[in-house]
Amino acid sequence: MSDPMAEIRASFFIECEELLESLQDGLQLMDDGDTDPETINIVFRAVHSIKGGAGAFGLDDLVRFAHRFETAMDEVRAGRFHPDGEAIRLFFACADILGDLVRAARDDDQVDDAVTGPVLEKLDKLVGLEEEEEEVLDFTPATLSLDFGDGLLDLPDLPDLSALPAAASSVEGLPSLDLPADMPALTAEALAETTTKGFTVHFKPENALYASGNEPLYLFRALRDIGDISVTCHCGDLPNLNQLDPDTGHLSWDVTVHTEESEQSVREVFEFVDGLCVLEIKPLTGTAAMIAPASAPVVEKVVEKAVETAAPEAAPIASPQKPPVSIKMVTAPAPTPKPAPVAKLPVDSDDDTLDEAPKDEKSGSFAPIKATGTPTQPRATVRVDLERIDRLVNLVGELVINQAMLSQSVTEAGLPPNSPVSTGLEEFLQLTRDIQESVMMIRAQPIKSLFQRMGRIVRESSASVGKDVRLYTDGENTEVDKTVIERLADPLTHMIRNAVDHGLESTEKRLERGKSREGHVTLTAQHRSGRIVIEVSDDGAGINRERVKQKAIEKELIPADAQLSDSEIDNLLFLPGFSTAAEISNLSGRGVGMDVVKSSIQALGGRISITSHEGEGTTFSISLPLTLAVLDGMVVRVADETLVVPLNAILETLTLTETDLKALGPETHVVQIRGGFVPLLDLGAELGYRKPQDSYVGGIVLLIGQEDGNRAALAVDAIEDQRQVVIKGLEGSYGRIPGIAAATILGDGQIALILDPTDLVGQASGRTRVRQPQHALVG
Amino acid sequence: MSLEVLAVDDSRTMRDMLNLALSSAGFTAHLAEDGVHGLEVLEDIHPDVIITDINMPRMDGFGFIDAVRAEAKWSRIPILVLTTESADELKAKARAAGATGWIVKPFDPAKLVKALQMVAG
Repeated sequence: MSDPMAEIRASFFIECEELLESLQDGLQLMDDGDTDPETINIVFRAVHSIKGGAGAFGLDDLVRFAHRFETAMDEVRAGRFHPDGEAIRLFFACADILGDLVRAARDDDQVDDAVTGPVLEKLDKLVGLEEEEEEVLDFTPATLSLDFGDGLLDLPDLPDLSALPAAASSVEGLPSLDLPADMPALTAEALAETTTKGFTVHFKPENALYASGNEPLYLFRALRDIGDISVTCHCGDLPNLNQLDPDTGHLSWDVTVHTEESEQSVREVFEFVDGLCVLEIKPLTGTAAMIAPASAPVVEKVVEKAVETAAPEAAPIASPQKPPVSIKMVTAPAPTPKPAPVAKLPVDSDDDTLDEAPKDEKSGSFAPIKATGTPTQPRATVRVDLERIDRLVNLVGELVINQAMLSQSVTEAGLPPNSPVSTGLEEFLQLTRDIQESVMMIRAQPIKSLFQRMGRIVRESSASVGKDVRLYTDGENTEVDKTVIERLADPLTHMIRNAVDHGLESTEKRLERGKSREGHVTLTAQHRSGRIVIEVSDDGAGINRERVKQKAIEKELIPADAQLSDSEIDNLLFLPGFSTAAEISNLSGRGVGMDVVKSSIQALGGRISITSHEGEGTTFSISLPLTLAVLDGMVVRVADETLVVPLNAILETLTLTETDLKALGPETHVVQIRGGFVPLLDLGAELGYRKPQDSYVGGIVLLIGQEDGNRAALAVDAIEDQRQVVIKGLEGSYGRIPGIAAATILGDGQIALILDPTDLVGQASGRTRVRQPQHALVG
Repeated sequence: MSLEVLAVDDSRTMRDMLNLALSSAGFTAHLAEDGVHGLEVLEDIHPDVIITDINMPRMDGFGFIDAVRAEAKWSRIPILVLTTESADELKAKARAAGATGWIVKPFDPAKLVKALQMVAG
């Protein structure tokens, strides 16, 4: 397996994205007036968790920023600061920068201080906090060591205390502990050398120490990791058994530690119990009679006799040094305010139970519960390499083709439809479809992450043009193929910028027109008849068609005398070269025009259309296939060629009668359908397979519907089948072919082209109605 | 000595790291996402020591410690609090809540093991 820390790091960045998402959600709720403490907590926790993880990986920039942000949110959480709209906008900006920092850290990139600095300054000023760089630095983490190897795994096994000679000397009938850590018998000479450094520790726990779950025995063991120790227990305060209060501790200890380590290391052992005990640590060297701090709240008396009987091993240690080691006995145990639940006394009259204490604790109420040993894991999800999923998608595609071939063979073999083979094949077809849908679902994700990114675009772009803009979103949980989401980011960004920059009027104009001061941009996603429809709309002025047309004429995109419908004028925006450097504003113009947006959408098998109402606003509608891999298609024959028409483009099929057809001059016909007229296109002629027919009476047409509401009738020779086909891209090999979306392999192994009906109709109607430019006018 | 440890933290990253540090030290790690989940896990296992984060959804660390200490069968399990702040105030708060000790995030695995041994042997 690869480096586990690298995996955790990768997973951290994924978690960060989730946290950033809930951060945005929380801020949005706050912006909407939600003052629920849990909402604020969610925001706080998101920042807090990012900081925590970042600390572990030594991502200092991220930690620093997150810390300041967290501090500000803590003020909000504590109710010391009540954010207004401006403050929340600043929090949004912080969230955005936090996201930048996360991604920069992930990609080993950097975020300029010039970006973070001013925001932090504003944040501190707003919340009224002093800059607290010092504390932040204090926090700077020790990067997590990746070496979990030898040192940790080979922790020396602690000697079993119960194995100590039972004859260990005792004080007042109770044993003292002597814990040599794996060391040879001490000789006086050896001691003379080793005892020059070390400490004596006097330790008298208060009841609260036991109540907090601390255990003196473990502290002594920790001391033994520092050096050799000898421990003497003082039981002088133990009352008679009939007076014993089990909730009160009566023991104290003296420990002599022989070590090269500093006093600090010794103190660290007692870190958790500091304040819960009487603790005195004195150096062992030289004149040992270091005086205890004057403030030490203990009454001491020297019990030399006790030393001799209690710790004979300690005596040789002491003797070479002049003053005898004094063992202090606390005569007045400080009573604690709260009686603690019974604490396991680490020293028992029965030696064998010494080491049993923790074991008892482990099994709780003496009923040993054996844990399974299987770690309890949080909710089960699996991260899978995208390549594996794509491989699965491809295989399912092959399966679909194979199934189609099999069906064809069965049909050709002339088996009756109710034969077992045919019914079996029917079930196989259903299963194949189910598998395919399931596989597609693996790749699908809610579009929410993309929408949240747009929130930032709106905030930044509105700030840069000085407009007051609010983004509304709907359908965030609509699931869309992952690749589609990724590839939508750029076009959508551009459209949002456009909406803010060009779509919405200036604040003054809005007020003049009696509109709300705040402009609205709405982003919605929904599933509609087998496709994903994403709409970007604004409540701005609408497209100024006169100006658009004028500009198109100036740029010679259309002839000066062109007669265009509103919809055609709107679609001029998608023409390459419509936007030029002259009016590319700081914002929307980043070298991308709407033509690029359109081709990005088309590359995804999608279409884009505009509807605009003067004074009310503009809506861009993007329609995308659910999947990029398979489509339901109608197999048709035209001029001896087999073609596939995407099923979702077909509104209905009909056979033409004489009364349906109306001629509009040479080569141009319309079909009358339920009172409306629809242009007739001969598919064979449009694709250049043959010349237009003389008569279409009795012919079959497919009624094609488009996003913009326009319709067209496609004349074909025959309808052969309706089936799922696997899309095989052509663009890699042939570039983009007008009117053709892709190709597929049919059941009989034949290759068929898949039509892009909208493109085809657009091309065709463009040619018939506006003779001049070669560009497609209708998307 | 191999310890059985319950680690409660809402951050997946932190849980992963605790899991790695604990299992690398030869300990058995049980993981929970928040206080409520932690209490559920405690119904099935009896760890030698508990490590818990403070800021968590549903039930935070203080609530969790309270609940553990209130239950007789768990009341003496040592509890280490994970905190990002080394501030004395927080330590005091952790202790007041009934924690045995604390680990400052980000933790050094060696120190984590040491702290565990200081409270659980």
